[in-house]
Amino acid sequence: MGKTLFDKIWDQHVVEKIENGPSVLYIDKHFIHEVTSPQAFKGIEQRGLNLFRPKQTIATADHNVPTLNQHLPIKDELSKMQVDQLIDNCDKHGVELYGLGHPYQGIVHVIGPELGITQPGMTIVCGDSHTSTHGAFGAIAFGIGTSEVEMVFASQCVLQTKPKTMRINIEGELQPGVVSKDIILYIIAKISASGATGYFVEYAGSTIRSLSMEARMTICNMSIEMGARGGMIAPDEQTFAYMQGRAYAPKGTQWDNQLEVWKKLYSDNNAVFDKEINIDAWAIQPMITYGTNPGLGMAINANIPLSDTILDEGERKNLIKALQYMGLEEGKPLIGMPIQHVFIGSCTNSRIEDLRQVAALVKGKKKHDSVKVMIVPGSQQVAKQAHAEGLDHIFAEAGFQIRQAGCSACLGMNEDKIPAGTYCISTSNRNFEGRQGAGARTLLASPLTAAAAAITGVVTDIREMMNEKL
Amino acid sequence: MKALQKIQSRFVPLPMENIDTDQIIPARFLKATTRDGFGQNLFRDWRYEQDDTAKPKTDFVLNQAIYSGEILVAGKNFGCGSSREHAAWAILDYGFYAVVSSFFADIFKNNALNNGVLPVTVSDAFLQKIFQQASTATLSIDVDKQTITIDATGEQESFELNPYKKTCLLNGYDDIDFLLSRKDTIEKFEKELI
Repeated sequence: MGKTLFDKIWDQHVVEKIENGPSVLYIDKHFIHEVTSPQAFKGIEQRGLNLFRPKQTIATADHNVPTLNQHLPIKDELSKMQVDQLIDNCDKHGVELYGLGHPYQGIVHVIGPELGITQPGMTIVCGDSHTSTHGAFGAIAFGIGTSEVEMVFASQCVLQTKPKTMRINIEGELQPGVVSKDIILYIIAKISASGATGYFVEYAGSTIRSLSMEARMTICNMSIEMGARGGMIAPDEQTFAYMQGRAYAPKGTQWDNQLEVWKKLYSDNNAVFDKEINIDAWAIQPMITYGTNPGLGMAINANIPLSDTILDEGERKNLIKALQYMGLEEGKPLIGMPIQHVFIGSCTNSRIEDLRQVAALVKGKKKHDSVKVMIVPGSQQVAKQAHAEGLDHIFAEAGFQIRQAGCSACLGMNEDKIPAGTYCISTSNRNFEGRQGAGARTLLASPLTAAAAAITGVVTDIREMMNEKL
Repeated sequence: MKALQKIQSRFVPLPMENIDTDQIIPARFLKATTRDGFGQNLFRDWRYEQDDTAKPKTDFVLNQAIYSGEILVAGKNFGCGSSREHAAWAILDYGFYAVVSSFFADIFKNNALNNGVLPVTVSDAFLQKIFQQASTATLSIDVDKQTITIDATGEQESFELNPYKKTCLLNGYDDIDFLLSRKDTIEKFEKELI
């Protein structure tokens, strides 16, 4: 029997299988940030240990940093302490840090790929659930807790039980106005916020093959939102072209040698998955969420479901509670509903391609008077590229506020918060209660849909806007 | 990590599904650099009006004197969302040693086990039976036997627990001790990998 892509990489990284227990899994690359690492550093210090392989850990500050005036000292005392502690810890333990002010600083899942640290065939972990992003390069990448961060510090390994495998095949062409964010929101709405729990997902099919690396990262990024341990895509010419020449990518003959290895990273024809799902790309429409978990999403021109059509009692109660929090009515459409905030950013959608899509749509237009628009590039390098292409100028003309790299209003740890009771169309990954600020009401959507709402001030079907343009 | 063998206690019912880690501990409380003190902010936004600890929401279970105990019982897909271990720390710090649900999110489950909090997965039917018990009812959880019992009725279910993790829990061992003991094997593996 053939092997899946997941199995090929997993098997190669198992140091030892504990009888009746998990496997000792070797970790090639470990990313850390200021929020989930301090207790792990403290832990190994208390045990009198040094980092086992400090060169395989890379740090950045992203979750808890201001996105304005990053050159000034951080005002919030607790945030400052956390960021300072990361600097101290990295210094003490010999970890490379791309902190505030460094040209490589940015959201951990944006900088890993853009620096070429993320490579096919690797095992990658980070104390952050969206580590699944890196799977877009054909790596096994998943989020871990702080105790596991400590394990990697101490031994460069984690103890993991092998997950089941699922393949999601997406075939065919996408409708105009439909982008990768819509694909993943469609999948999650279809299989629910827990539909892939216990599985590691491989995304495959002609639609996936046709997507850029940025678009693939958006899909893998949100694997966790359906409960999956991670998501991955087999590397191909597109992957290699993206990687070549990046700071950490292999060079010269080393590149040639690696390429030969990477080209063997795919699921064999006769590989068997524990579960397979087939999706027709043409059926996907621009998506939006209406509830308080990413599984509560629908086509943008649809009506919110009626609670009495939901058979499962738990799910029905869930929907009623979610709509109450969101201040929305069942059976009603979202199209035309006024929104007050637009957030374009996060590890899901803050890469240069996302910014280019938004810029193409808003060029020469102004945002609606009643909407505040925040656009937060994923990294210093993305910001630099956007500037070089004049995108920042387009955003400024449109009345968007451009901020500096960080996680920002995706989780509202810093001062970038959405006020209670207001609606925000967000390109981020979670619409949980209070995620973007206590009482904030989040509608998840693609950068295109977010940009359209910024201009019109209401939930808008991007396809209508595109038609107008023609 | 403290050893955990048996719990007999009343329980706090939270019959909601998809309770995510942002509800368990909102991001604004993740600025600490130690593992202590998160219990006071457990379910913070469900617990207090306008983020004011002087204004407890009276309809929330943690604010109702009739509910107490070392066991939290919640609807399915408990702990979904972020990988923040702070969620497990908050639950432990508040005084819960076990969480019972019909389904747990993966990362939360690992985080809980790594902190001596036992995730007990029961059937939907058994979960509903627990929710129907009076607030004075007690549950008994036996880690070694892998059973959970509704004491009043004697109804019992067994739950899954990885044998390795069970040994860790029963004895208070943690994974780092184990991994450190395998250092030679790991170094050998590294040489072969290159």
